[in-house]
Amino acid sequence: MVLSAVLFMIGVAGVMLRRNIIVIFMSIELILNAVNINLVAFSYQLQNGIGQVFAIFVIAVAAAEAAVGLGIILAFYRNKETINIDEMNLMRW
Amino acid sequence: MGHAIAFYVISAFVLGFAMLVITTKNTVHAVLFLVLNFLAVAALYVLLTAQFLAVIQVLVYAGGIVVLYLFVVMLVNLKRQPEDHSSPQRRPWLGFALSAVVLAQLGAILVWGGYGTPADPHTMQNSDLAVNNVERIGMLLYTDYLIPFEVASMLLLVAMVGAIILAKREL
Amino acid sequence: MIDTYVIPLIKILFVLNATLIGVTYMVLLERKVIAWVQVRLGPMRVGPHGILQPIADAVKLILKEDITPTRADKWVFTAAPIIVMVPALITFAVIPFGPTVHMFGRDIPLYITDVNVGLLYIVSVASIGVYGIILGGWASNSKFPLLASLRASAQLISYEVAVTMTLVSLIMTAGSLSMVKIVESQYNANLWFIFVQPVAFVLFFIGGLAETNRAPFDMAEAEQELTGGFHTEYSGMRFALFFLAEYANMIVVSAVATTLFLGGWLAPFPNVDWLNFLGVVPGWIWFLLKTFVFLYVFLWVRATLPRYRYDQLMRLGWKVLIPVAIANVIATGIVKVLL
Repeated sequence: MVLSAVLFMIGVAGVMLRRNIIVIFMSIELILNAVNINLVAFSYQLQNGIGQVFAIFVIAVAAAEAAVGLGIILAFYRNKETINIDEMNLMRW
Repeated sequence: MGHAIAFYVISAFVLGFAMLVITTKNTVHAVLFLVLNFLAVAALYVLLTAQFLAVIQVLVYAGGIVVLYLFVVMLVNLKRQPEDHSSPQRRPWLGFALSAVVLAQLGAILVWGGYGTPADPHTMQNSDLAVNNVERIGMLLYTDYLIPFEVASMLLLVAMVGAIILAKREL
Repeated sequence: MIDTYVIPLIKILFVLNATLIGVTYMVLLERKVIAWVQVRLGPMRVGPHGILQPIADAVKLILKEDITPTRADKWVFTAAPIIVMVPALITFAVIPFGPTVHMFGRDIPLYITDVNVGLLYIVSVASIGVYGIILGGWASNSKFPLLASLRASAQLISYEVAVTMTLVSLIMTAGSLSMVKIVESQYNANLWFIFVQPVAFVLFFIGGLAETNRAPFDMAEAEQELTGGFHTEYSGMRFALFFLAEYANMIVVSAVATTLFLGGWLAPFPNVDWLNFLGVVPGWIWFLLKTFVFLYVFLWVRATLPRYRYDQLMRLGWKVLIPVAIANVIATGIVKVLL
C-alpha cells in the first residue's frame, strides 16, 4: 500500500510539473497503475477476486482514455504544431 | 522471507522507473521507462498471485497502450524540448505541495488505520484464488459483474470510434 | 532444492542452446529450400553440401565493422535488436516438448514451466516484440527506416488482434489457458485440434506469417521496399541479431501452432487403442517433426507467393481476418453450448 501511495504521488507530481502533454498523459497512466496495485494488494490480502476484476475494468478504461486522448493530441498538433501545454489555450480569449 | 525481498526489489524498480518517467527530458526515453515500469508492475502482480491480471497488464498496457504513445511521439516528432521557457502562471511549488499533502494523508491512514498482520505468502500462494486464478476471475466476470463487463465493452467501442474520427484527416 | 532450481536451469540452458543452434541452421535451411524450389542447389561450397555455411556467415558478421549512425540514440540503437530477440526466446519457457519422462530416478516433465495463463503469456510476450522494431527504426535517426518501422509495427499490431481472436476460440475448445492442459485436452478428445477447428488453424497460420514479417507479408524488410526497411542502418552482429530474431519468431510460431493444433507431443489420434504402436516414438520427436513441417511450410510459402502491397495487407488483416475470427468464436460458442 505504501508502494501504491508513493507511485500515486509520483504520478500526481508528474501531471502538475511537466509541460509536455504526452508526459502528462503518461503520468495519468502511472496514477491508474498505482490504483491497480492497491486493488490487487487488497485482493491478495482478503482473498477476494473482486479486486482483480475491478483492476481489469480500470485497465480497459485506461486503454479507452489513452486512445481518445492521443487522438485529441494528434488533432491538436495538426492545428497548432505544439505540444507545450501552456500554449494550448484555444479556449482562452 | 524471499517473498518480502522480491517485493522490495520489484517495488524499487517500479518507483525508480516512475521517477525516471517524469524526469527525463527526452520523451522517447520517458516512454521506454514507462514500458519498464509496467513490466515491473506486472512482475508485482505475479508475486501477488494475480497471474491473469499480470498477463493482461503486459498485453494491453505495455504491449498496446504504450505502443500507441510511441506512435504519437514519433508522429509528433519531438526534437526540441518543450520546457524551454517557463510561463509566469505556472507554480511548480503548488505541484510539490499537493503531492506532499496527498502523501501525508496516505501516511496517516497507514499509521493509524489499524491494519492486521501481513498475509502469510505460503498459504496465499496455494489458495484457491491463486491456483485457479483464471477460472475464478472468469466466473466473477460473467456472473456477478456481467453488467459492468458489457458496459466496459460498449465503452471500448465508443472510444474506438471516437479515436478514429479524431485522428482522421478529412471527415 | 534441486528440483526447483537446478533442473529448470538445466532445461533452460538446453532449450536456449537448441533454439540458437536451430535458428542458425534455419538460415542455411531457408537458402537451401528456396534454391531447390527454384531448381538450383544453394550454398554448396562450405563443407559438404554447404553444411558449414552458417558458421561462415557468423564469422563474417562478427568481423564486420559495427557502424552506429551519428546523432543516433546509442542506448536505444543497441537495445532494439535485443528487444526483438528476447521475447522470441522466452516464449519457449511454456511450450511443452513432451510428456513427463523418468530420467535419473526422477520424474522430469519436458517443459520448463507450466504457467496457468501460458497461452496468454505467449501472446503478451509477442506484443513486446513490436517495440524492438519501432525502436530500431527510430534509433537509426534517418527517414526511411523510421517510416518502414512504423509500417511494420502497424502491420504487427493489426495482426495481433486477429491472432488473439483466433486463440480465443481455441481456448474455448480446450477449456484452459495452460499449454500443458491444452495438449492434455487433445489427448482426452482423441483428436488433434486441427480437425476440430480448421478455420482457426488457417487463420492462425496466416496471422503467424504476418506476425513474423514473413513472406508474403514481408513488406517491412524486403530489400526492394524502402531501401531495406527498418534495419537499414544496422550492420554486423546487430543486423544478424535482427534476422536471427525473425527466425526465432518463426520457430516460436511453429512450435505454438504444433502445440495448439497438432497435439504437441502426441502421436496422431492419441489415446486410441489400436494406434498405440505409434507411441513407440518418443513424444519430443513427434514435436520436432511437426514443428519442422510447419517451418518447411513457412519456407515453401516464401518461395512461392508474391508479396502483398501494404494496403492490401492491412485490408486483409482488418476486414477479412478479424470478422472471420469473430465468426469462428461465435460458432465455437454455439457448438460448445449445444454439445
